[in-house]
Amino acid sequence: MAPDVRLAEAGFDPGAQIDAFARGVPQAGGVVSFLGQVRGGDDVEALELTHYAPLTLPGMRDLAGVVAGRWALDGLLIVHRVGVMVPGEPIVLVAAAARHRRDAFAAADFAMDHLKSQSWFWKREKRGGVWAWVEPRAQDHADLARWG
Amino acid sequence: MARLVFLGRLADVAGAGEMRVAPGAVAEIMADLPGELAQALAGPKVRLALNGALVSGVVVLAEGDELAFLPPVSGG
Repeated sequence: MAPDVRLAEAGFDPGAQIDAFARGVPQAGGVVSFLGQVRGGDDVEALELTHYAPLTLPGMRDLAGVVAGRWALDGLLIVHRVGVMVPGEPIVLVAAAARHRRDAFAAADFAMDHLKSQSWFWKREKRGGVWAWVEPRAQDHADLARWG
Repeated sequence: MARLVFLGRLADVAGAGEMRVAPGAVAEIMADLPGELAQALAGPKVRLALNGALVSGVVVLAEGDELAFLPPVSGG
């Protein structure tokens, strides 16, 4: 099982990605997916994610390798947007496929917690026409601590 | 020349995403930068990556090197 890890420079269709992923793992009994999208209704007009190419995708691949080594998976998909997005647009999609659902749930949960707090992305939001950088959240680090 | 790369809010402080500098010790290069930028780059939570690999301690830049300054991440 080679994880499929991608940075997306443009918008992507999460439903189509999940369909294709699930079709590729017919031996799996469960596919768990998480879709993160730009939160609306918060005066946010746009969100921009920047990355650093020499580190960001290699780091995501390393994370996928850790996930694949920790749970018995039939497949793992990670797609992460970079660039400017508007509310409702997909930011990140994680899908994990396993023979039994528990492994798939845990793997997707672990991957998301580590993407949020340990991957090389910097986020800024535009409100009222003004961009402001988003500072790290303490909750993200608390989420990470769950995994020991 | 060598290159400094500024990520996240550090790019705003620098007024650009990158800057060309003469090779040499990073401590000496930073001493020649504007005070506000040097202070931001030296922040305790700023990590450094030399040519795509995380480094710490004393860094000396050679011709063609790329040194990235990475503030705390806020992704996902």
